[in-house]
Amino acid sequence: MLHLIGISSQALFGQLLIGLINGSFYALLSLGLAVIFGMLNIVNFAHGAFYMMGAFCSYFLLQYAGLNYWWALVLSPLAVGVFGMIMQRFLLQRLAALDPIYGLLLTFGLALIIQGLFRQHYGASGLPYPIPAQLTGARNLGFMILPNYRAWVILASLTICLATWYAIERTKLGAYLRAATENPTMVQAFGINVPRMITLTYGFGVALAAFAGVMAAPIYNVSPQMGAELIIVVFAVVVIGGMGSIMGSIVTGFALGIVEGLTKVFYPEASNTIVFVVMAIVLLIRPSGLFGRSA
Amino acid sequence: MTHPHSTVPNRSPNDNNARAARQEFTAFVLMTVLLCAAPLVAYPVFVMKALCFALFACAFNLLVGYVGLLSFGHAMFLGSAGYVSAHAAKVWGLPPELAILAGTASATLLGLGVGLLAIRRQGIYFSMTTLAFAQMVYFLALELPFTHGEDGIQAVPRGKFLGFFDLTNEMNLYIFVLAIFLGAFLFIRRIINSPFGEVLKAIRENERRAISLGYKVDQYKIMAFVLSAALAGLAGATKDIVFQLASLTDVHFAASGEVVLMTLLGGMGTLFGPVVGAFVIVATENYFAEVGDWVSIIQGVIFVICVLAFRKGVVGVIAEKLGWSL
Repeated sequence: MLHLIGISSQALFGQLLIGLINGSFYALLSLGLAVIFGMLNIVNFAHGAFYMMGAFCSYFLLQYAGLNYWWALVLSPLAVGVFGMIMQRFLLQRLAALDPIYGLLLTFGLALIIQGLFRQHYGASGLPYPIPAQLTGARNLGFMILPNYRAWVILASLTICLATWYAIERTKLGAYLRAATENPTMVQAFGINVPRMITLTYGFGVALAAFAGVMAAPIYNVSPQMGAELIIVVFAVVVIGGMGSIMGSIVTGFALGIVEGLTKVFYPEASNTIVFVVMAIVLLIRPSGLFGRSA
Repeated sequence: MTHPHSTVPNRSPNDNNARAARQEFTAFVLMTVLLCAAPLVAYPVFVMKALCFALFACAFNLLVGYVGLLSFGHAMFLGSAGYVSAHAAKVWGLPPELAILAGTASATLLGLGVGLLAIRRQGIYFSMTTLAFAQMVYFLALELPFTHGEDGIQAVPRGKFLGFFDLTNEMNLYIFVLAIFLGAFLFIRRIINSPFGEVLKAIRENERRAISLGYKVDQYKIMAFVLSAALAGLAGATKDIVFQLASLTDVHFAASGEVVLMTLLGGMGTLFGPVVGAFVIVATENYFAEVGDWVSIIQGVIFVICVLAFRKGVVGVIAEKLGWSL
């Protein structure tokens, strides 16, 4: 049926797959933004830089320590998360009482510094990172060929997203977190160390970005600017979904990845702008976002 | 947000207004004298570039400093107006005044469209929305045929202003740019000190109270957004006539970040702050141009320092020290 409108199923499913991959990254990044926004009430502009640091971290681990992809998958988010926590403790915390705009400006400045330093040392062009040996190759599904690594990326990010949702919405720790989002003073009065919780939450959101970076390393090259443009699309995703809901960011992330993939098949000229067009439409119809409570 | 105010106790509002007007006038005369003398000591092209960015920053400040709306996508107005005026001057052969008007008009329309959508979200969402729309404009500029993608529109003719004032002469061009800048600056001052401007400040201080007083806040915000977009467009259109080039740099989101930095460094919500900030940032860019990536690192550092320790900005601090209204 598809060939009637001049599109091969190979092309369609191929682009759908790429869409799902992009969607995985959108979901992981917007999830991290939502978690951080919930607790700290700031938009983390440095999120793209942390994503890039995650990718670079795995590159360093391989080059200088000989630690492979699977080590990087654990160690990079940890390292970048700790870096994020230090930043939060010493810089962001000073802005806690101020207008959230200052948090945005500070993280923007930090992103400029981090990306600039990496560009200074490693140049603008990308560094290659190999696909782990266990995940090379592809399997034929009949209607399309599915590279193993890409299947892994989708599965892994879906798992992490759902685990995060479960941890926040269904566990006791998550209940503390949600309570502290609603009323930090009250939760503090119950003897819970809210400032530490805020730091850990920031670290966790940053670690999610770094995790996405590690998974992106073998697909795209490791490059200083890899997160700079991506973060703007993720902002649009966040505006579309609204940051009020964890599940909302996950669903919106994947859905927009797929929409982008489909646009590449049917109207490739618009594939760069489609997310922003969707954003405009959502702003017209549901200004608070698909899953958002009114701001 | 904190904004510097110089309130002098035990004086009637009229006295205060007259004092503020005198202080602003003194500062304005000083600025005009400095700008008239500037091409004698600095490269005129550098000063003209700084003037265009100063106008851009003043337009941006109208929104962030007086309405409290942080637009993170103002490059879309700078860049798109530049493309339209460059196209008008080169392809349609329009004289510079009409080309600049065409560019400004296109930025005004774009501002109306984006403004209507973006003000539907508040606070931090507004910033993200404007950033996303600016990125969309960037991709359009990259892909549309008339912008010539990576090449941009090159060799834009400067032409003759009103048919007799030859802009290919560098001194004439400088006078032309300075006149546009000073005119727009006075216009912005007029907006800020008008009853309309007072309502904008009321929205900045307490939006809910402004609503409860019966002001149609959204209409005021859109009006301010459109004015800001139009003035940013004027800056972009003028800049591209001066440099005879419309390129992707001006629509890139780095330009949106730069204007935020200029305004923050100079002092958000001060009349003269954006001008000072623009001159400092353009000067650092010129100075560090050869070392490439250090520019963005230094800008990042300035951002961090300003946000953590210097939120009033250069002019804000000076105004506070002198007890002046600037």
